[in-house]
Amino acid sequence: MRPNINVKNRVAVVGAGLTLFRRRLMETPQELSWIAARQALDQAGLDFNDIDCVVSGSAPDAFDGVHMKGEYYVEGVANGKPHVRVFVGGGTGVFVPVAAWWHVASGLCRKVLVLAEEKMSSASRPHPQAVFKHIWDPLVEKPLNPNLIWIFAMEMHRYMYRCGVRKEDIALVSVKNKRNALDHPSAQAAAKITVDDVLNSEMLVYPVNRLDVSPVSDGAGAMVMVSEEWANRLTDNPIWVEGVGFNLDSTNWTNRDLGYPVYLKRAAEMAYRLAGIENPMKEIDVAEPYDPFDYKELHHMEGLGLCPPCKAAEVTKEGLTQRDGDLPTSPSGGLLGVGNPIAAAGIMKAIEIFWQLRGEAGARQVKKDVVTGLAQAWGDLMQVGTVVVMRR
Amino acid sequence: MTDFKVTPLSEDSFRNAIRESTSPRAVYDMAPGEAYTKFFEGLREGKILGTKCPSCGLVHVPPKVYCQYCYLPLTQWVEVKDEGFVETAVVVYIAAERERLEKPEVVGVIRLEGSGDRYRYPGLMHRICTEPEEVKSSRIMGAKVKARWATERKGSINDIECFEVVSWK
Ligand SMILES: [Zn+2]
Repeated sequence: MRPNINVKNRVAVVGAGLTLFRRRLMETPQELSWIAARQALDQAGLDFNDIDCVVSGSAPDAFDGVHMKGEYYVEGVANGKPHVRVFVGGGTGVFVPVAAWWHVASGLCRKVLVLAEEKMSSASRPHPQAVFKHIWDPLVEKPLNPNLIWIFAMEMHRYMYRCGVRKEDIALVSVKNKRNALDHPSAQAAAKITVDDVLNSEMLVYPVNRLDVSPVSDGAGAMVMVSEEWANRLTDNPIWVEGVGFNLDSTNWTNRDLGYPVYLKRAAEMAYRLAGIENPMKEIDVAEPYDPFDYKELHHMEGLGLCPPCKAAEVTKEGLTQRDGDLPTSPSGGLLGVGNPIAAAGIMKAIEIFWQLRGEAGARQVKKDVVTGLAQAWGDLMQVGTVVVMRR
Repeated sequence: MTDFKVTPLSEDSFRNAIRESTSPRAVYDMAPGEAYTKFFEGLREGKILGTKCPSCGLVHVPPKVYCQYCYLPLTQWVEVKDEGFVETAVVVYIAAERERLEKPEVVGVIRLEGSGDRYRYPGLMHRICTEPEEVKSSRIMGAKVKARWATERKGSINDIECFEVVSWK
């Protein structure tokens, strides 16, 4: 089925690149950006001079410690070109290809460099998490001295309670994703672990243990997205971006049921409408739902309509989300396994779908034949959803 | 593909590699705004105040001067009972800068009585005065709680010390 809106140009991904994800890298934000961009351009068979426009994304400036960090990290890859940085918190990494899509679909640009960079290690002391001190409502929340993990734990517990899901069922996601990541060359937190390892790891905020959470990371990722005309000129194997969606729920997270992600349902509906998808459970062959926490993969599968509400844990337990299952999720290893340099982690998920649909995922290639895939991210105060749907 | 390598640093090699350290220092003094000014005045008097939407009927706590669902101005102030139900709760072992707490605390979201539907409701994040075990068993979920007010109040969210359990679900 074809998209049901008038777009001037169909949009394809023709190349991608990803640095190592690590707790600390020596490279500066500019160097990381340049390296990831060079990789993506190499795969596309293009050079910087061929690029019309640059769309980039990165999370709070406070991590890198440079305000105007967008202009700072793109100096080696965007000089003399139209450039825009987009930012929707943790949702940024998938919002970057969304924004790049409208640059090309509108006819404004034909060859776009799509870049996401994050260097969290610079926010060194007392801990990169301290940056999130300033994400809260300064008047009614911050005086309670909250850590960001508090609200995720509150959402996780609400989800467990509402859906009757146990911690050990949720831990299976961490076990699966960290194991998948053993095959990812960029991975930082790949491991063969058990459910008991998760349950016995450091308790941060009940019900969240250390191994329920993705790590702090440095890294960058890039893609090249082009118009149909250029896609056909550059490759026999373009991957089409056919649906994009994004949506915002209230930042007043204490005033809505956290058990179901409505922001994501709306974002997914937008993307499915564009891509002409009527039944996501049947039509999405492989998915990268956003998994900074293990419960979030389940929560997001439900918001994306990949399974009925409260059923994601069951589907996971049955093994359907493994690489050889019917609905492989996070075959990359996800944020839990590959790492979580925030914006770069989101684009890593979009890149994984690109590689999966091209049949270029190597040891990570899912068993079934895949035509349609989806990548998703989430962020801010738990209320932003970003989605891309791709087809080969 | 050409090999564009990056360089992982261990904790030790990072310490040796640091060339500059900076610590930005900025102290923010926040104006309370129209809605929170009244809200904080209410807290000082031991009352929880909200604004009611004439269209959808939702009572907004914390209060707003607009309904973000109907895009309408809100002018009707109502006092909400200082009682509600535990929507969710957690046991926190770490605080804002990831420092470990000496004694874990219970915090959660209180769904206040008065209005709301399955999805939206007036609510506050706050401490809940109960034992961690009640959270881990999920017994706290849905429990009825009531605000314990500080004796000296200054117009702050901390004028409520915590919410205490009145009855279990
Ligand atoms: Zn309303």
